[in-house]
Amino acid sequence: MDAAHADVSKHVKAYLAVFAALAILTIVTVLVAQIDFPGAGNVIVALLIAAFKASLVAAIFMHLKWERAPWIWISLVFCVVFFAVLMALPVLTTNDVPPRVEHTSWGR
Amino acid sequence: MSVAVLPHTVKPHPITGVYSGKLGTWLFLASEVMLFGALFSSYVLLRVGAPHEGPAAWPTHDQTHLSWKIGGLNTIVLIVSSVTMVMAWANLKMNKFAKGKMYLAATLGLAMTFIIVKLAFEYIPKFTHEPPYLPSTNNFFALYFTMTGLHGLHVLGGVIVIAYFLGPGSKLWHRDPEYFTNRIECTGLYWHFVDLVWIFLFPVLYLL
Repeated sequence: MDAAHADVSKHVKAYLAVFAALAILTIVTVLVAQIDFPGAGNVIVALLIAAFKASLVAAIFMHLKWERAPWIWISLVFCVVFFAVLMALPVLTTNDVPPRVEHTSWGR
Repeated sequence: MSVAVLPHTVKPHPITGVYSGKLGTWLFLASEVMLFGALFSSYVLLRVGAPHEGPAAWPTHDQTHLSWKIGGLNTIVLIVSSVTMVMAWANLKMNKFAKGKMYLAATLGLAMTFIIVKLAFEYIPKFTHEPPYLPSTNNFFALYFTMTGLHGLHVLGGVIVIAYFLGPGSKLWHRDPEYFTNRIECTGLYWHFVDLVWIFLFPVLYLL
């Protein structure tokens, strides 16, 4: 870890490059939101850009690109798995409402 | 060295291979992912389950009264603050204390800018609008205020921690510069996470 960090000045260039990429991608996010993609296109495009931006932040600013400690990676793997479960939970509710009775308000 | 000191604040722990503060911060961030993840999951559930029409329908962009310009401005503010935060750490790592502190001060200023913009141009106008837009207005505003409110509290937490390390906490540099640099790295990890959450909040709440 310390050997990789020894030449921090080299990293500064990467930080500035990531900054430029994040700024440009923020503008791209706003621009593509004006386009009306078919179906869930807008959601997919916006989340893909956001995920890419988040990866840049995690990899470069949070130093994951240079991180070797297995305990940190193990924690992150668990984190990703449980996050995926959490995001999949709404899918389990799709059959809660009888399919023919669409979009009734609950509790009425 | 009569003062009791925490072990493994600089040298890696023999079992984990990292200094303990870093592993602790990552474990904390993993729990934070679940905290915000639950809210994003709730957002998906409520939005997908909303009726297509009627009073309970999901509000359109005209009805949410959120300005992508203000949201976009705050996105840029947080991104710049992430850069200044990592630059603060990099300068400390290169033994440049004054420059590191300067970048830390810039991060603090940007963090406070985010909060001021959020309150002055978004929260306060929404609360004082006639009729007011409150968490009780509809599901969208309930989620909007919960998610941005929790995120805003995290920004405030960052402000407090960064202010501490600029003020009384900076004394540590003169005693143990490596320890201080590591503490700034952990602060940075947290701060970049706060930025990362906003990277998702911005499109989800303001654009989609």
